[in-house]
Amino acid sequence: MSKIFHVMYDDDAKVMVAAKSLVGQGIRVKDVYSPFPIHGIDPIIGIKRTRLAIASFMYAMTGTSLALLGMWYFMIHDWPMNIGGKPSFSLIENVTAFLPVTFEFSVLCGAHGMALTYLLRNGTLPGMPATNPDPRTTDDKFVVEITTDNNSMSADELEAAIRATDLLELSIKDA
Amino acid sequence: MQREAAIREPLILGHKTYKDITDDVVGPIMGPAPLGWKIMITISSLIALYGVGCILYLLSTGIGTWGLNKTVDWAWDITNFVWWVGIGHAGTLISAVLLLFRQKWRMAINRSAEAMTIFAVIMAAVFPGIHMGRIWVSYWVLPLPNQFGSLWVNFNSPLLWDVFAISTYFSVSLVFWYIGLIPDFATIRDRMTKPLPKKIYSILSFGWSGRAKNWTRFEEVSLVLAGIATPLVFSVHSIVSMDFATSVIPGWHTTIFPPYFVSGAVFSGFAMVQTLLLIMRKGMKLENYIHVKHVEYMNIVIIVTGSIVGVAYLTELFISWYSGVEYESYAFINRFSGPYSWAYWIMMTCNVISPQLFWFKKIRRSLVATFALSIVVNIGMWFERYVIIVTSLHRDYLPSSWGEFHATSIDIGIFIGTIGIFLTLFLAFARFFPVLALNELKTILKSSGESYKNEQAK
Repeated sequence: MSKIFHVMYDDDAKVMVAAKSLVGQGIRVKDVYSPFPIHGIDPIIGIKRTRLAIASFMYAMTGTSLALLGMWYFMIHDWPMNIGGKPSFSLIENVTAFLPVTFEFSVLCGAHGMALTYLLRNGTLPGMPATNPDPRTTDDKFVVEITTDNNSMSADELEAAIRATDLLELSIKDA
Repeated sequence: MQREAAIREPLILGHKTYKDITDDVVGPIMGPAPLGWKIMITISSLIALYGVGCILYLLSTGIGTWGLNKTVDWAWDITNFVWWVGIGHAGTLISAVLLLFRQKWRMAINRSAEAMTIFAVIMAAVFPGIHMGRIWVSYWVLPLPNQFGSLWVNFNSPLLWDVFAISTYFSVSLVFWYIGLIPDFATIRDRMTKPLPKKIYSILSFGWSGRAKNWTRFEEVSLVLAGIATPLVFSVHSIVSMDFATSVIPGWHTTIFPPYFVSGAVFSGFAMVQTLLLIMRKGMKLENYIHVKHVEYMNIVIIVTGSIVGVAYLTELFISWYSGVEYESYAFINRFSGPYSWAYWIMMTCNVISPQLFWFKKIRRSLVATFALSIVVNIGMWFERYVIIVTSLHRDYLPSSWGEFHATSIDIGIFIGTIGIFLTLFLAFARFFPVLALNELKTILKSSGESYKNEQAK
């Protein structure tokens, strides 16, 4: 029978110490639920750096290309007009006037593309159910989640290791 | 853990724990609405309704109901637009620029400043919308395929750049604000006991659970959004200034406009943040989170940007003389000595002289003086736009076309009405939304909280 351990701590510093000692014993921590970001926990529990910034750059570059292509089509190709003695016959001569919109559109695509990717990857969307194991983890408590499934130790060995940390509460559930 | 110098003033006063922060911010949302709030929202929604009435009258009758004439054909509409957009600059500046500079004091004020930004930009967008005359064809500002010989919008025009700048600024600010709100909504969701509000906050919190990976992504998204919102803030008001600067009207045709407008926008935005926050911190008992040090920091920003604005005013005067162009120098001599000199001197007094009082530490740290001066700056910045717009237009090249602008009751009603709508939205925000970024504040409690700092100093 596989089991899920939810270990509650009442301080972020205690979580760090506990996570370090558990990982040091070869235990894999599945997740940490916290009310705010605990700086420095990611490398300990093996979370890799997110690639959202790269995604944002790609969205922004898409925006840049679309904006320039669009303005070339509207102003140069489809319906060139002589506006105030400044004719629109070549992109290179007009591109300075197109820079503000190119910039705005790049920011628009970069920001919204990244925000959407962020929400989708997090699984945070309107109407999604909350999955934090205890409502207090959005207030002042921290929960470390450990499962027998991705650990080689037995449930009793895990429990003993967990009990050795400075914990507040421990809840054990069958998965 | 991060440490801070002991002589640096703490940002969170008193003996606070993580739980206290939650209770102090979420408590007012869970409790019944205070009487003062009910009175204020009633008054502001009545003013808002009056404004909506004036707008409906304007739309059904036409912009002839404004005091515009052949010479002064752009006045309060665009003055109010620029004023509101300017106010809308502080929020993103606080949350983006101060995030990049790792300024911890922003955490107490960024949420409400961003809310103010969003509401101010909505109010700004009302004015170009209604001054088009035919609001029902306002979608013509977008490059849509059409039946007019496939006539496209003019991408060489700053007015069109403005459409892109304002809509990008509004939507990016909204997303930035909302992404920060999600974890705080989750905190309210988990505290709320009444079923219907719990359901609503549950939907608003998007199922946020605070996993370690979620927080890593959250911090990355905040940083990248701050990075791209910072040039965005500067671009938006630069583009607003180009609405004027790329024209050939003496008094508008000035290369100094973009930096001058941007610093003016930050100046007025911070003044409005002070006006609103000084009331909110009192009404919602947030004195331990938004205290004298925060007010002082903001006043320093006000001195800096106010002085930049002052230098810009003097530079404009000098250049108008130095250029040797008689139309240009007349425009400026007329500004300070012509029929609108009263407006010019109100602007000078409110924007250049009064903020210099903040050089005195006593005044800078006095909440009453700050509140009074913030209102003075708000008034001064409205007059700045009025002076730039109306005085440059009212003297045409032909003296036979010279005129003056007189605001009608509809001009005034719409302006006052937008203040009412703005305050109604802000009051609703203060009642139902977490007004402080409470979960972010918890990250600085141990490094900048008073009791923690005292313990470390021992």
